[in-house]
Amino acid sequence: MSIENISKQLPFIIPEITLVFGAMVAVLIGAFAGKKSYRAVNYFAILVLLAAGFASVKHSIETPTLLFNGSLVIDNFGSFAKFIISAVSAGALLLSIDYLEDRNIQKPEYPVLTLLAVVGMFVMVSAHDLLAIYMGVELQSLALYVLAAYARDSQKSSEAGLKYFVLGALSSGILLYGASLIYGFTGTINFQKIASLSANANVGVIFGMVFVMSGIAFKMSAAPFHMWTPDVYEGSPTPSTAFFATAPKMAATILLARFCFEAFGPAIAKWQQIVSIMAILSMFIGAFFALQQTNIKRLLAYSSIANMGYALVAIAAGPVFGPSALLMFVSIYALSGVGMFAVVLSLRSEDGRKIESIPSLAGISRKHPMIAIAFTMFLFSVMGIPPLAGFWGKFEVIKSVWNGSHLYLAIALILASVVSAFYYLRIIKTVWFDEPKMEFAGGLAATSISVKGTAILFALLMPFIGLLYTATLVAGNMFK
Amino acid sequence: MIDLGHSIGLTHYLAFAAALFTIGVFGIFVNRKNIIVILMSVELILLAVNVNFVAFSVFLGDLVGQVFAMFVLTVAAAEAAVGLAILVVYFRNRGTIAVEDLNIMKG
Repeated sequence: MSIENISKQLPFIIPEITLVFGAMVAVLIGAFAGKKSYRAVNYFAILVLLAAGFASVKHSIETPTLLFNGSLVIDNFGSFAKFIISAVSAGALLLSIDYLEDRNIQKPEYPVLTLLAVVGMFVMVSAHDLLAIYMGVELQSLALYVLAAYARDSQKSSEAGLKYFVLGALSSGILLYGASLIYGFTGTINFQKIASLSANANVGVIFGMVFVMSGIAFKMSAAPFHMWTPDVYEGSPTPSTAFFATAPKMAATILLARFCFEAFGPAIAKWQQIVSIMAILSMFIGAFFALQQTNIKRLLAYSSIANMGYALVAIAAGPVFGPSALLMFVSIYALSGVGMFAVVLSLRSEDGRKIESIPSLAGISRKHPMIAIAFTMFLFSVMGIPPLAGFWGKFEVIKSVWNGSHLYLAIALILASVVSAFYYLRIIKTVWFDEPKMEFAGGLAATSISVKGTAILFALLMPFIGLLYTATLVAGNMFK
Repeated sequence: MIDLGHSIGLTHYLAFAAALFTIGVFGIFVNRKNIIVILMSVELILLAVNVNFVAFSVFLGDLVGQVFAMFVLTVAAAEAAVGLAILVVYFRNRGTIAVEDLNIMKG
């Protein structure tokens, strides 16, 4: 590949280039100006994220284009996902600013690490060979381990970082071992070439496929690879949790979809069963284990496991019906996830303590009706109550398996939604009807305008999804 | 294609790599003593993968596998650096790196 060829391909990866250069500039500002540049670097990083998001939509093209000898692919499916990823990452970063200052751990590294993680996610989303998968996943994960352990003086945070690192490194190893098997038995790492050979794949290739899928399932915390999720969510600083629960989930689901649809599209009979089993397990483990949680972050962890189960249902629907439903569902999930964490972050007791247990949410409707309304909107949305966005996400997923004639998945999805509605409704009851606890007699104080604003902004997004619907339809038609 | 010799063939390399990989995975789950051992097990897994890649690469007469192995080596170094950094932070907070003390949060 000649130099001219490379320079012709560079315009397609402007979003990634923007992020990388943004991260480098942010590092330099941080290095020279030190701690006092914290806010400036944060706002700069948010601008860079939004610029990258808009660049990826602006440069999206109708026909999929392969870059760098077929190791990356640029198409509408990926561009749309990149836009949502950068939007929710910008939201999560906005939430971090005040929180880290409160805990006195404000340093300009935090936004830099977020930017680098997002570069990794962008590579994952447009990966078109096994090497690009690995590099994307690692670039994302290495930054996320540090974000989990970011509160260096907290025992919980460093333990969360360590657990995340050990299990994450194991999952990368499993993914890599699978990649080596696929390479050895097909002789190529390129998705297109693997696809042409996968229709009559031998045992070695199928083994490799299962290993790679398990590695990705680890990253998206689908059962039975979900064990790290509740601990890491509970221990990490809350803005990091908000980030973990949204953008990386989106990137990993899109990556799994691409791997199944593009590399193993002809071998659909081989992976459909595996994805269905993971989907059912995730939905029910997420629904039932959440029932006994009293910590809101652990509860949201199990809720995210259940939601990954719903996303897997859309992948199991196959390359014809799945992609647009998947995009729509995970986008809505990611947007409402940031909103829910914004609500959690916007409350504290009057002595300044953070609120993490569910009973202490009692009575916030009296002090802060706007936040209570926003929280209720998000909870109704993830539950799937009709006019709100979450309903349309689930509706599309059910429709996709209906068309793909996997009725049992649709039935399992509805059953799991009913079970999980119980704990969402219990939170709503606590927020609106329970008497405030004695220990919070002073009442609950709300934090800064930016956190509250994020919560309310994302809540306002919930009823308006018409635009998202047409966009996902266009973006999801790639594999037809 | 380079001749792998009469006695050592591709299957030997694959069996060796599979054994190494299994030892690595067991090292993470069975080990009850020390987190450093877990880090070593992770390295073992990555090296097993490298053996696989290089053996396949030679067998197929295709350079991609060796390039992949170089990438894996580089990333493994970065991963070890991040892992040890997190471990140092953890040790400063807890004063221990025993696996059974990794239990502030249930699970």
